[in-house]
Amino acid sequence: MSDNINSSDSDSGQKAVLVQKPMKKWGNERIDRSPLHGLWALTNRELEKWYKVPVLLLLSLIQPVIWLGLFGKAFNIGSIFTDGSFNIPGLNIPKNVLDQLSAQLMQSTFGTTDYFSFLAVGMLSFVTLFTAMFSGMSIVWDRRFGFLDKVLSTPVSRGAIVMGKILSSVIRSLAQAAIILVIAVPLGMDVGHFSVLGILGTFVALFLMTLGFSALFLMLALRSNDWQSQMAIMNLLNLPLLFGSNALFPSSIMPTWLQDFVKINPISYATDAGRQLLLGAPGFASLNFDFIYLAGFAILFTTIGIVMSWRLLTK
Amino acid sequence: MTSGNDFIIDVKDLTKVYNGSLRAVDGVSFEVNEGEIFGFLGPNGAGKTTTIKMLTTLLRPTSGSATVCGYDVRSHPNDVRASVGIVPQEYTSDEDMTGLENVMFCGDLYGVPRSISKERAKELLDLVGLSDAANRKVQTYSGGMRRRLEIASGLINHPRLLFLDEPTLGLDVQTRTAVWEYIKKLKEDYGMTLFMTTHYLEEADGICDRIAIIDHGKIVKLGTPSELKSSLGGDVIEVGVREETDDLTPLIQQCPSVKDVRRLNSEYRIKASMGEEAAPTIIDLIRTKGYHVTKIMVTKPTMDQVYLEYTGKSIRDEEADRAEMMRQRITIRRARN
Repeated sequence: MSDNINSSDSDSGQKAVLVQKPMKKWGNERIDRSPLHGLWALTNRELEKWYKVPVLLLLSLIQPVIWLGLFGKAFNIGSIFTDGSFNIPGLNIPKNVLDQLSAQLMQSTFGTTDYFSFLAVGMLSFVTLFTAMFSGMSIVWDRRFGFLDKVLSTPVSRGAIVMGKILSSVIRSLAQAAIILVIAVPLGMDVGHFSVLGILGTFVALFLMTLGFSALFLMLALRSNDWQSQMAIMNLLNLPLLFGSNALFPSSIMPTWLQDFVKINPISYATDAGRQLLLGAPGFASLNFDFIYLAGFAILFTTIGIVMSWRLLTK
Repeated sequence: MTSGNDFIIDVKDLTKVYNGSLRAVDGVSFEVNEGEIFGFLGPNGAGKTTTIKMLTTLLRPTSGSATVCGYDVRSHPNDVRASVGIVPQEYTSDEDMTGLENVMFCGDLYGVPRSISKERAKELLDLVGLSDAANRKVQTYSGGMRRRLEIASGLINHPRLLFLDEPTLGLDVQTRTAVWEYIKKLKEDYGMTLFMTTHYLEEADGICDRIAIIDHGKIVKLGTPSELKSSLGGDVIEVGVREETDDLTPLIQQCPSVKDVRRLNSEYRIKASMGEEAAPTIIDLIRTKGYHVTKIMVTKPTMDQVYLEYTGKSIRDEEADRAEMMRQRITIRRARN
């Protein structure tokens, strides 16, 4: 770069004195130009916002506990029969028969005698879904504050920008799911069927589900710089997705049109895999099908997400 | 590494059309030499930001070509990104991280290994006078400190060319002066090329080697600050003479650099290309003929006048979109706390 000095010849005479001191040289060797460089930096930037702020971390830990305690304990359907107030006048059914009846009813509807355990697994999916939905919000803010443009002007690959967002959302939601599981046990979740492989399998299922949803919600936000509409989209989708799945209630008790929706909803398959692996409950699909469906969902939306990021992030 | 091209930025017929009809940048051509400070001026919505975004690969040109650091922005966007640095108009540093962490984070994005980027980041923070605040969270920084941090971040890949978009927006005079000092230092000590936009015309006048004025998507004037100013017809010299009766106009016109003379009784309004050199010559000329000069005044055209001459005096309706205006407001607000 010796031509630097020539170009400053046009300067006035007094500046020539300044230029005489040796021009400091900047080299650009040893640069990592792999397509994955910067991915962890971007992911960690998102995660730091969460784990470095104690209040935020605490809130995100309390939230699943409240969900679990509130829903799990309030919807205690099993106690309809067992709390002693139910009987048929004149028949005077013995308590043990009632208990048996209840257990049979629960088993055939929920696949487990205990609704709390049933719901606890649903909560795992629920929490991962809600965290994944926020994946799109941060890209909206990044665009608003000009941070996105700054990142886009660096040689970091467009795919890494999107993957960083997705990964951080996945990590956060899985951490929250793990907390739910840990808390559900002392609250009364049935651990009779727990196994290391079962827990691992459940988290693989949740991973695939949250990967797909994070990518989906991020895609919806790629071109948007308006957080209100992003919030509106999230509110429009979250409850239908949740109630239109088997997370809270088994699909067998739903009308057929809703059952059809439950069958295409990926939340159903993550929950179903979890119930089979953690509770030993009979599934509404085979375990293999659960995983194939979830993997397909995750691969499809991450691929679309990355392809769209190439097209949409550069106008 | 780079082609035989002499210019660090070489733009030919660059055009950006939005939505098929709005020509934000309309056939712009210019070159930037290595090692110069190039100013890009123009009203809001004139096409400045669009041009910078195309040169920094954030926008794809509709037609025309642009070569930056020897790489075509269309065919080699990643090589362009790797060789330039950018100081955006907004404050993009992360409030929750320290200054040092922010600069190193930018290093990660450029693929600079952490072992190198830590040293570099420290040097750069030293360069912009932020060494003492390096380990403080950005939340605690003032507007001027944030702006300097943005400059340090933009330099982490040791670029040959740095783009600065409104580097002094919202800053007070002292801080602005300091920021300009750092910018000058980059040119003088490191031979860097700087491409910048600004609304502070006097400052652009003082710091830029060359200035382009863009309006309605076209470059309306390009040259050194003094060329631009002399394009207005030169300096104005007002001379008062004690002898009211004689008309000295023909005499003054003999002076070579004088372009135009107007007489108002005993006063003369003279337009000349180099006012400060023409004035003594005129005085000598008048005196040798036995007349007496009672007063003299030399006025040089300002960059403001140049700007208004080429972009018109009408106030622009805000053509910037809502999101951009909000970003600008955020920048100004954050600069002031």
